[in-house]
Amino acid sequence: MANEHPVNCCNLWKIFGARAEQALEAAKSGEVDKDEAFKRFGCVIGVADASFSVAEGEVFCIMGLSGSGKSTIIRHVNRLIEPTAGLIHVEGRDVMGLNPKELRELRARKIGMVFQHMALWPHKTISENVAFGLEVQKTPKETRRAAADDALERVSLGGWGDRYPDELSGGMQQRVGLARALAADPDILLMDEPFSALDPLIRKDLQDEFLKLSREMKKTTLFITHDLDEAMKMGNRIAIMKDGRIVQTGTPENIVLRPATEYVSRFVSSISTLKYISAVEIMTQGGTAPGAREFGPSTPLPALLKAFSEGAEELTIKDGDRCLGRIGSAEILETVKSDLARV
Amino acid sequence: MDFSALLDPFASVQIPLADLANDFIRWLTSNFRDVFRAMKVPVKILLDLLEDGLRDTPQTIIIVALSFFAWQLVNRATAILTFVAMTLIGLIGAWDAAMTSLAVLVSAVLIATLFGLPLGILCSRSKLVWIIVRPILDFMQTVPSFTYLVPVILLFGIGNVPGVIVTAFFATPPLVRLTNLGLKTVREDLVEAADAFGASPVKRLWSVELPLARPTIMAGINQTVMLSLAMSVIASMISVAGLGRLVLVGISQLDMARAATGGTGIVLLAMVFDRITQGFGLTRRDRNGKGLWEQGPVGRLRGLLAGNRIKT
Ligand SMILES: Nc1ncnc2c1ncn2[C@@H]1O[C@H](COP(=O)(O)OP(=O)(O)OP(=O)(O)O)[C@@H](O)[C@H]1O
Ligand SMILES: [Mg+2]
Repeated sequence: MANEHPVNCCNLWKIFGARAEQALEAAKSGEVDKDEAFKRFGCVIGVADASFSVAEGEVFCIMGLSGSGKSTIIRHVNRLIEPTAGLIHVEGRDVMGLNPKELRELRARKIGMVFQHMALWPHKTISENVAFGLEVQKTPKETRRAAADDALERVSLGGWGDRYPDELSGGMQQRVGLARALAADPDILLMDEPFSALDPLIRKDLQDEFLKLSREMKKTTLFITHDLDEAMKMGNRIAIMKDGRIVQTGTPENIVLRPATEYVSRFVSSISTLKYISAVEIMTQGGTAPGAREFGPSTPLPALLKAFSEGAEELTIKDGDRCLGRIGSAEILETVKSDLARV
Repeated sequence: MDFSALLDPFASVQIPLADLANDFIRWLTSNFRDVFRAMKVPVKILLDLLEDGLRDTPQTIIIVALSFFAWQLVNRATAILTFVAMTLIGLIGAWDAAMTSLAVLVSAVLIATLFGLPLGILCSRSKLVWIIVRPILDFMQTVPSFTYLVPVILLFGIGNVPGVIVTAFFATPPLVRLTNLGLKTVREDLVEAADAFGASPVKRLWSVELPLARPTIMAGINQTVMLSLAMSVIASMISVAGLGRLVLVGISQLDMARAATGGTGIVLLAMVFDRITQGFGLTRRDRNGKGLWEQGPVGRLRGLLAGNRIKT
């Protein structure tokens, strides 16, 4: 593939059912949609024509409602399920072209996965759970134990290694799931709604913890969620899914400010755009304000507001030496008013 | 054409099942005599080893050794149960018969497990194998246990060795079934998680699926043990010695004393045998985090030795 992103999916289709091939033809030509495919062929369209790629070190969020095909997509990346059509490349290699041994190698060394329902093995201790990936790679026991303790330390569960999963709370179990994915130090993380089952306070803690970890460790992450706020918070980029299709891909700003479809705009309507608006979008073009403080065109609104609260009357927006425009209190008021009207 | 033949068809049209069965068995015995003889050899070696061992060892040593074994493998309560039950067997005068039964039982359960467990695993892996094996299991489980005896006599003869074979045959199906069931009902996401971390099919089976299916598989072993014991009376009809024969003689001679002795012996042996075999399925966690050799008499001994070393 031309671009060598660590994870690359191209025109991915997954159709469940005995007559998948026929349903695929019909769906490709646009003859049938998800409901129609089920009625005519008894097939469920899990993923329809999804393309995306995750850049190195990026957190890429896939967001969609229940049943929209998020888990189905993510399980293609390490080939836990096989596509009906389409290409999946991981670190430049076609995962469908791997033989069983190479596939196991890829899963063990390159990819760590966190599951929607934790999926910890109840008969293994926490550290045996965490070290399983290394056990599979036949790492010596001592090294394994040390790596497990290390990974548990990272998710602030040091000292819990000898307990069993059912002795831990839900939040702790989910952290064990994260530690298990990190233990073998993979380059790619697949996270299927890792925080959805948790209550809001714990979820926020874990989100912050993960953001910190991911900044430190720079793992390429595919992060699944059904919660737009979470996607906004975690993702460098977001893909929004509906009925198996990716309807829009973009940065959080992009999604909020320029929703591509009616569906996306309904979704983002509950989110205030204020955080994502930048200077260039609200300034009045031309006309400088002499003596005013100067800001770049992509300065976010909160930073502008701070300048006002520090006593500025007007701001000049400059791109390098070139004057672009100015912002006064009128522009700010207008922005807030339109944001309020939107919701 | 005679109309009465249509209304009463079975008078004129019949499948010669009796002849077919006869021919089949005759064909088997004449063509595969050596195969069946060869099959008896390992069973005979195993059985002789066990029986001689049990008979030649003084009773006190067997009782004590068995109790310690139960303590080591399971816990002290089981050890006490073993001690009491074995002593009772001796007191009611069923000792010799019980030793023979124990030898037959251990051989039969061992053989049944040796075949049943792998077959059950195979059934859970392959749809084709299950499609073939399932009707055979249905057949084996519904055929009345007496029916087995005739072909067994024809193929293997009579005595203890054919007795072990027929008992093992009778006791295997539930283990196959429950192993298959246990493996198929392991939580799917737990299996998928093993795959996701790059486990090979063997590794996945060994460290995720079998441990998770353990309770169901142990229920299968329990069934095997119980069926083997239930078979002991029936097997004594092909001249298998032991507690079963006491009961059989008791029935045929209306001798309540012998029937009661044999019956009580079987119940006591069943209890001991089942508790001990279930001990093989215990995990570290069931033992409160202790390894097998960190508990029971060996554990105590090690504790004492370690204590002494610190003192000196
Ligand atoms: N093994 C399967 N067989 C048949 N249909 C399936 C299978 N797995 C998923 N589907 C269907 O594919 C669609 C997408 O399912 P998927 O699990 O990917 O949804 P999701 O977005 O992860 O939802 P959730 O947020 O509830 O986890 C659903 O309509 C589901 O019914
Ligand atoms: Mg899901």
